[in-house]
Parts: sequence; structure tokens; C-alpha cells
Amino acid sequence: MASKTKKQIGKVANWILTFVLMLVIGLPGLWVVLTAFRPNREILAKPAIWIPEKLSLDNFGKIFGYGVDQIAIPVPSYFANSLIISLTSTAIALLIGMSGGYAFARFRFKRKNGYFLALMLSRTVPGIALSLPIFMVWSRLGLIDTKMGMIIIYVALNIPFTIWLIDGFFRQIPKEMSEAAQVDGCTRWQAFWKIEFPLAKSGVASAGIFAFLTSWNEYALASQLTRSTDSKTLPVGLMDFTAQFTIDWAGMSAMAVIIIVPALILTFLVQKHLIAGLTFGGVKG
Amino acid sequence: MSIVSVQPRRKSRRDWTPALLLSPAFLVLIFVVLVPLLFSLYTSFTNYRLIRPDSLYEWIGLRNYQRIFTDSKFWAAFGRTIIFLTLALNLEFIFGLGIALLINKITWGQRTLRTIMMFPMMFSPILVGYQFKFIFNDNIGLLNNALQSLGIGDGAIAWLVDKPLGMFTIIFAEVWMSTSVFAILLLAGLFAMPRDPLEAAKVDGCNSWQVFRHITLPFLMPFAFIAMTIRSLDVARAYDIVDVMTGGGPANRTELLWTMIARVGYDNSRMGQANAMAYVSILLSIAFTYYFFTKLIAARKYMGGAE
Repeated sequence: MASKTKKQIGKVANWILTFVLMLVIGLPGLWVVLTAFRPNREILAKPAIWIPEKLSLDNFGKIFGYGVDQIAIPVPSYFANSLIISLTSTAIALLIGMSGGYAFARFRFKRKNGYFLALMLSRTVPGIALSLPIFMVWSRLGLIDTKMGMIIIYVALNIPFTIWLIDGFFRQIPKEMSEAAQVDGCTRWQAFWKIEFPLAKSGVASAGIFAFLTSWNEYALASQLTRSTDSKTLPVGLMDFTAQFTIDWAGMSAMAVIIIVPALILTFLVQKHLIAGLTFGGVKG
Repeated sequence: MSIVSVQPRRKSRRDWTPALLLSPAFLVLIFVVLVPLLFSLYTSFTNYRLIRPDSLYEWIGLRNYQRIFTDSKFWAAFGRTIIFLTLALNLEFIFGLGIALLINKITWGQRTLRTIMMFPMMFSPILVGYQFKFIFNDNIGLLNNALQSLGIGDGAIAWLVDKPLGMFTIIFAEVWMSTSVFAILLLAGLFAMPRDPLEAAKVDGCNSWQVFRHITLPFLMPFAFIAMTIRSLDVARAYDIVDVMTGGGPANRTELLWTMIARVGYDNSRMGQANAMAYVSILLSIAFTYYFFTKLIAARKYMGGAE
């Protein structure tokens, strides 16, 4: 009897803890989303207005240049830049990552762990520390403030992690399958595209989504290497809303929603494979 | 290629395929990471300033390093960065472990909880910074507004400005953003855990703390090290958060190594000196990653999964 009530108390405590936890995780983001639909007058009100009196899409209209009081921040071109840079760099990083990941998963060669560590260490260089020399090299090559310049950087940023993930996914496919195909007369190239690639496809897709998110969210490098609507991305553009002493909370929140929605959708698609890839590649490697 | 590759390979013939497959990756990394880093190593020995391009050839030896190593502001930022990383990584591990154990126990609605848990992972660090700048704002922030409405204190707490609180809010934002990496990987570890040793230990009369301490935790450690390695790969993304929330200020109270590099390099345009600092920060990151990577390799060997 006593242990039964104890168990029940434990269960209730678990639920309360979980609820508090989810509140801490969910509330900040939801608050920003809610703010995106409220007028500035209401956001700045003192004492605080807790129950929104008026929700509208005005803030979104404003940052996309519709409505009466549009603002002079070219969000549509930032959006286009972000999309072009992220998609292109992801596609290239995936091709390079697939070739590298396959090499790690299927071949034995000398100093394998060393090469792997070298790849990972290249990723550890802090973005802001890397931005200084890239700034100097890129300005000599004329790559500052170009989409091309950012794409090359993001490919390099994404290669190590993409290789790690894809390596993990290829390892899960038994070697014997492609060997059997090769006995049956396929070349190794054909065996890869007909047998191994289709099986690893979902894994490759999740590595791609992860790479996309890295590029989509990157700020440290982009903030120093982009200047104008030619290449400025959304995270850098977000800072346009802050002036010396004033911040346009409503506009900034609306833009935050625009940045987060694509990331949100993509992460939901990928979550299962991502965990599998990380743990498998990491522990059993 | 073709069928030949299936036949047992003679040992003397070297197989160039892996080298060929890995070459694009290494070529890109050499061009984007290695070459610029060598260049910045060179400039860290010069008096290079952005406003005077010819100063690139002004060799001053170790003077930049001398200057930063005798600068108390640099050491303050360095120490703050170490404290920040130590606190953040430990808190992330502890909270991540707690969350994983909690969610592991819950059977109803677990999938939804797991999805919500991943929420902070998809946030751009710049958004995390913005979101907490908004919430911790002294005038219109959610937190102070709530305190005022509830009548606790006068409610005008300057979260981002006050001396210990500024650091607290930054660590809070960092932990909020990255705990889920730990939680997710540790939860995956809990799912992968074999049941037999747990039951055997219970039969042998272990209490639940002993089971956790001697069976669950050792089994989870490799997963924790994967999380640590992943985190240490991109440990400097805290720069984004700090840059948005406080910009290192006020009066350098939240200055980390990374914000200091940006200030010296771009705002004061002393590229040579900033590159010297950048090298310190790079060595710091490499030390972190190397440490956790060797731990991971050791844990893998312990698990018996290594090649």
C-alpha cells in the first residue's frame, strides 16, 4: 500500500518535471512567434498586455514590403540569398561527403583514424577566427560579398560532419550486398548506385538536411564576409533591425519566424535518421 | 576496377581508390581552411592593419603574442571563455542526462516529447540570442513583465547588464540551445541498453542508485562523449549568441575570446593582433575536441566495437 502511493507520487512528480521542462524549451520560441503577430504598440505597452488584443500579419507584410509602413530592409533578397547559398552548398557538400564517407566506410587504409581526426579538427576552427584570414584571402580573390564566396565556405564547413554521418549510414549496409552484385557482373560504380545508394538514401538525405541547416543558420562568417543584397543572408539581415538604441521587436520577431519555419519543417523530417546516424557512426565506428 | 576488385587483392599493389574518393574533401578543406590559416599564422607575426595594406609586410616577430599575453583584458576574456565552456558543457551533460532519464520513463506521448526536445537544435544561434535578448530585456522582456505582474520585486532587473547576471543569461542561452544534443544522444543510449545486466543486478540486490552508477552510467558514457565531440566541434557558435545579446559588453563584462577577436580585428582593424588571438582560440578548440575524441575512441574500445 505504502509503496503504491510512493509510486504514484513519483509518477506525478515525473509529469510535473516534464511539464516544466517542456515549458522552458517551448515558451521562449512560442513567445517570439506570438510577438511576430502583435503590433509594436502592444509589445512595448506598460504594464504588460498579456492577452493579445489584436493579432495580424501586418509585421510580415511590413518586412516583405507590403502595406503602408513598409521598412527599408530587403528581406526578400536576403531570403533568396539564403536559399541559393544553402541549397547549392548542401548539394556540393553531399557529393563530396558521399565520396569521402564511402571511402571511410568501405576501405581499409593507413592512418584512417588520423585522417578522420584531421577532418574533424578542420571543423573546430571557430568561425570568427577563420573569418579573419578568409576575409584577407577572399578580398584578394574578389570573393567578398559574393554568393560564390559563401558557398565555397559552407561546403568546407559541412564536409566533416557530412562525411561522419554518411560513413555511419554506409556501415549499416552489409558489404556482401555490393560484393554479390559485383560477382554478378556489376562494376563497383554500378553496384554503388544500384545497391548501396538506394539503401543509404534516407541517411544521405538527413545528412543533407543537417548541412542545409548549418548553412541556413550560420552567422559568424557571413556577418563579416557579406555586405549587401548581393550575398547577405537572413541571420545577418536580422541584425539590420537593431539600431544603436532602438530595436524593432515586431519586425525582428517576424523575421525570426521566417528563419525558423523552414528549419522546423526540415528537422521534423529528419529527426529519426539523424539520431541513428550519429550514434551508429560514433559508437560502432 | 570491375570484377577484379572482388578478387583477393595482392598486398604489394596499393589501392588508390580511397585516396581518390577522399581527395575532393581534402582539397576543399585545404583551400578554405588550411591555406587561410597559414596566411593568418604569417600575419600574426606582422603589424598588419586593414587601413594600411602595406603593413602586411611589416614583420614584427612575436610582438603581437607578447602584447596579448601581457594584456590583462585578454586574460580576463580567456578565463571567462574557459569558465563559460566548463560550466556550459557540464550543465548540458547533467541536464541532458536528467531529461533523457525522465523521458525514458514516460511511455505515453514519448514521441511528441522527443520532438519538442529537439526544438532548440534547429534554432540558429543568432535566433537563440535574439530570443533571450527579448525575454531578458529589462524594460519589455517577458521575465521582468511576469515578475512585475506577479508583484515580485520592483521587476526592473537589468538581466543583460548586471555583472554576474549578464554572464548567467549567456550561459542560460547556451545551455538552452545545446542541452538537447546531449539529451537526444543519451536517450538513444538508453534505448540501446541491454536489459539483462540490469535485471541481474537487481536480483543480486543492488539498489537503483547502484544500478545507475555502475551499469547505466558506464554504458551511457560513449554516447556522452559523442555529444561532447559534436559540441566541441562547434563550440565557438556561442559567439553568435553573445554578439546579439550583449556584444561582449557592457564594459567587457561578457567579453569572450571570440567577441574580442571580432572587436580587435574588424572594429579596431588590427588584423595582425586579432590573428594572434585567433590562433589561441583555435588551439583551445583543438584541445577540447582532441580530448573528447580520444575519450570517445577509448570508450569505443571499451564497448568492443572498434576495428
